[in-house]
Amino acid sequence: MKHRSLQKKNAGKNLLTVFFGVISILYVFPVFMVLLNSFKKNTFVKTETFSWPTAESFAGLDNFIKGLTFGNYPFLKSALFSLVITLLSTALILLFTSMAAWYIARVDSLFCRIVYFACVFSMVVPFQMVMFTLSKTADTLKLNTPWTIPIIYLGFGAGLAVFMFTGFVKSIPLDIEEAAAIDGCGPLRTYFSVVLPMLRPTMISVAILEIMWVWNDYLLPYLVLDRTQYMTIPIHVQYLKGSYGVVDLGATMALILLSIIPVIVFYLTCQKHIIKGVAAGAVKG
Amino acid sequence: MKKTLAILLALVMVVTLFAGCNNNNPAPETKTGSVFWLNFKPESDEALKKLAAMYTEETGVPVEILTAASGTYNETLTAEMDKSNPPTLFVVGNQAAVSTWGEYCYDLTGTDIANELNTDAYMLYDENGKLCSIGYCYECYGIIVNTKLLQEAGYAADYITNFATLKEVAEDVHARANELGFDAFTSSGMDGSSSWRFTGHLINLEYYYESVDNPEAWKSCPAELTGAYMDNYRALYDLMVVNSATDRTALANGGFDAGAEFADGKALFYVNGSWEASGLADKGMNADDLAMIPYYCGVEGEEKAGLNCGTENYWAVNAEASEENIKATLDFMKWVVTDPEASRIAVDTFGVMPYKSAAESTNAFLADANDYLANGCYNMWWATNYQPNVDAYRAAVVSALNTYNADPTDANWATVVTAFIDGWSVQYKAANG
Amino acid sequence: MKRRRNSGSVNSYLLRRPIQHWSPVFLLPMVAAFCIGFVWPFLQGLFLSFTKFKTTSKWSWVGIENYLKAFQDQSFRYSFGYTALYAFISLVLINVLAFMVAYALTQKIKGSNLFRTVFFMPNLIGGIVLGYIWSMIFDGLLSAYSTSILTNTTWGFWGLIILMCWQQIGYMMIIYIAGLQAVPEDMLEAAKIDGANRWQTLIKVTIPNIMPSITICMFLTLTNGFKLFDQNLALTGGLPYIINPDGTTVHTTEMLALNIYNTFYGQNVNSRGVAQAKAVLFFILVATIGLLQLRSTRKKEVQQ
Repeated sequence: MKHRSLQKKNAGKNLLTVFFGVISILYVFPVFMVLLNSFKKNTFVKTETFSWPTAESFAGLDNFIKGLTFGNYPFLKSALFSLVITLLSTALILLFTSMAAWYIARVDSLFCRIVYFACVFSMVVPFQMVMFTLSKTADTLKLNTPWTIPIIYLGFGAGLAVFMFTGFVKSIPLDIEEAAAIDGCGPLRTYFSVVLPMLRPTMISVAILEIMWVWNDYLLPYLVLDRTQYMTIPIHVQYLKGSYGVVDLGATMALILLSIIPVIVFYLTCQKHIIKGVAAGAVKG
Repeated sequence: MKKTLAILLALVMVVTLFAGCNNNNPAPETKTGSVFWLNFKPESDEALKKLAAMYTEETGVPVEILTAASGTYNETLTAEMDKSNPPTLFVVGNQAAVSTWGEYCYDLTGTDIANELNTDAYMLYDENGKLCSIGYCYECYGIIVNTKLLQEAGYAADYITNFATLKEVAEDVHARANELGFDAFTSSGMDGSSSWRFTGHLINLEYYYESVDNPEAWKSCPAELTGAYMDNYRALYDLMVVNSATDRTALANGGFDAGAEFADGKALFYVNGSWEASGLADKGMNADDLAMIPYYCGVEGEEKAGLNCGTENYWAVNAEASEENIKATLDFMKWVVTDPEASRIAVDTFGVMPYKSAAESTNAFLADANDYLANGCYNMWWATNYQPNVDAYRAAVVSALNTYNADPTDANWATVVTAFIDGWSVQYKAANG
Repeated sequence: MKRRRNSGSVNSYLLRRPIQHWSPVFLLPMVAAFCIGFVWPFLQGLFLSFTKFKTTSKWSWVGIENYLKAFQDQSFRYSFGYTALYAFISLVLINVLAFMVAYALTQKIKGSNLFRTVFFMPNLIGGIVLGYIWSMIFDGLLSAYSTSILTNTTWGFWGLIILMCWQQIGYMMIIYIAGLQAVPEDMLEAAKIDGANRWQTLIKVTIPNIMPSITICMFLTLTNGFKLFDQNLALTGGLPYIINPDGTTVHTTEMLALNIYNTFYGQNVNSRGVAQAKAVLFFILVATIGLLQLRSTRKKEVQQ
């Protein structure tokens, strides 16, 4: 009796596996279509979207070669700026918000509370509320280059990071830091050698969330960056559709593929951290 | 002691935080001035960047080119003008733009560059008589014909002289498309890369004939239209959408390459303008096989129609720029139209430039335009330049045309008419209210 | 001085004073950037919503006129309704599906790690890129039926829903899985011993225990729904329009964020004040929904 129900259970589970297997294939289908179409000649992307490239429609690497210089702006330059902005912004956010969070939690003065609530408040403010004035401010202060725009990201993205770090710091017992202070450690040393290592899990969560945000962000860099010189991948992709003359769908698909590949590689290598980070970040929020 | 150290460290941090601005953004050399051209034609971006580099190499004056994506010129201009380093040279292409941007326009009266113009046809003034912008090139558009294919289909090169003959040829070729190996019209994609051919150019026939009926109203931007020639527009639009290898229901998403279809000899007609000449030549077309014919649409007396000649390429100089920058910009403009090498590049890009010492035009379509005029045909001037809030206006028309293409009923056509005619009044009010 | 110290405190006198000495290092960079990147633009935006302005320095006070105009704007009201409908449907669909997937994947089935990896993947792709990928797919699918996502409001709506489900289910699934894994094993065992069937266990034990996850997921999907911009811009950009008999237009797939953007950066520079007023209203809406929903679901948690 028990044996049979166990069998039934297993059969059900196998069925689920098959079911999810099918769904998974459907799930990667759009990405697969990008791959497929990036090897087709322009006109065939539209007329034969779902078929394999044929001798007639196969474009080889032409789309990739064309795509890299398409739109009069080298794609690799956009990719490089995307990378610079993402890395710098994330580094800046991690360092300064975690320091601020420690200060806020440990000092806990009236001013600290005001800053903390302002940060939490900023989390519910949509970007459209500040986009016009922010782009003006950024321009006046010359924060419109890939090297300076991270300051804007630090400012606009501080909310979530401060919130998460403060929550975590509050859960760390005081004893270790106090022991360090008694041993004669200054706050700076205490922070870097005692607090920072303990913050590591939250650091990873915050880093993942910020990287995902900044890398994919379109409107903020579009409005803030000096577009005569700098583009990012999302801006570049948006420009592909907007240029006069011809939209080359094949080349567009090739570029989309090129912009997805690093993301997927990043995901597969850091998958554990990413999933943990998302779960942690969300549960705390 | 600790406090001083803290403040010192903070200072260092803040300095590094802001260091980027100083290192990576060298202040413009205010002594010599610099040029910043906000260009609105993406297809000429490459040539302009080449010109900019040439000029910088020759004179040391930095020239920046920013090109707005199609359909976003006004949005880009609005954003850029608000920045600390606004464009010094921008495009104010019509009277509507003059009323929006007039206060930012430097008075070009009597400047060297204005004196270089060989005609006074391309000058835009505001109500106070300030010369706000001057044309830097003019163009023509109509229906490009592959005359070689026309003969293959059994028609003489000059057979088409009105809408009836155009329709006859188009329908005949479309019916025999399989046998001939080519169709009548190229695809008419309605995405941003191609819809302007219909919402900006083809519609000129409607505006133009309205202006013939009532020239007074069209001395400046009319507040409303009568729509008297919308049926003619419909006739021609339907003709080109139906007699094409592409199904009209597929047009909305676009992604077609009409230029390539035409260059590959897959279509007989291609609705476009003189600026396509170099592109078609690059794709291997022989200039002798190309001709441009007017928009024949069934209006009485249209046998005497010519091409649509005009321009929306008007230079304006930012009056709020510094004196050095204004001077640098004026010098640069003069160099573009007088320097033999530079004006060669510019003319090859733009077709023809109305300046005394600019290079000769080699554009076959502009030669066609002149032939029509020489034969006593009327020029269909660019009434389309008056389109108020042009991007928003055209976007609504595109949507209406998409609905019409999905289901070409009279009711849906009525919506297209509303978008063109009533949409004009709405945008006129928004722009002037 | 008296040493203030109780066991629950997060700060200690021993640490507090020395840290305060270093406030320029610890607090200043973040606060300075926060002021540049948020506080100042926010206050300035709030102020400008009561003025008529072309640039931030050239303004004239008009009081609440901008707000009245915003309310009178048919396209704004339409996009509000459209966004609300979208947010509601996506909230239900994404959460139900994500929960079902999470529940199934925590039943120790073969390959669940692989499935989790696959379902989460679309989250890492940006909205603009996603929009173009799906626009290609919808175009390929719908052209067979002689229609297009750009001419059909219904397709435009469901297209966006499909896209967002594809993107967000994985994210919510991760949160639900984390919640499900934290349900105490002994409670589930106890339910089994009491003779509860699977459905009863789910309703009586599992769901009450993962209430925090449900709260956060609903909060996230709802605000994401209201704030949606990139995907909306890239997929339909507001097309098709309704052309009213008087020539005005309503962009039938334009959501609030895009409507505000178009009002700001459309050609008509006279309407910037109205755009900023719309943005303030939008902010109030998003903030209120976030707070309200958080409160109501938190209440339910307490009752359990």
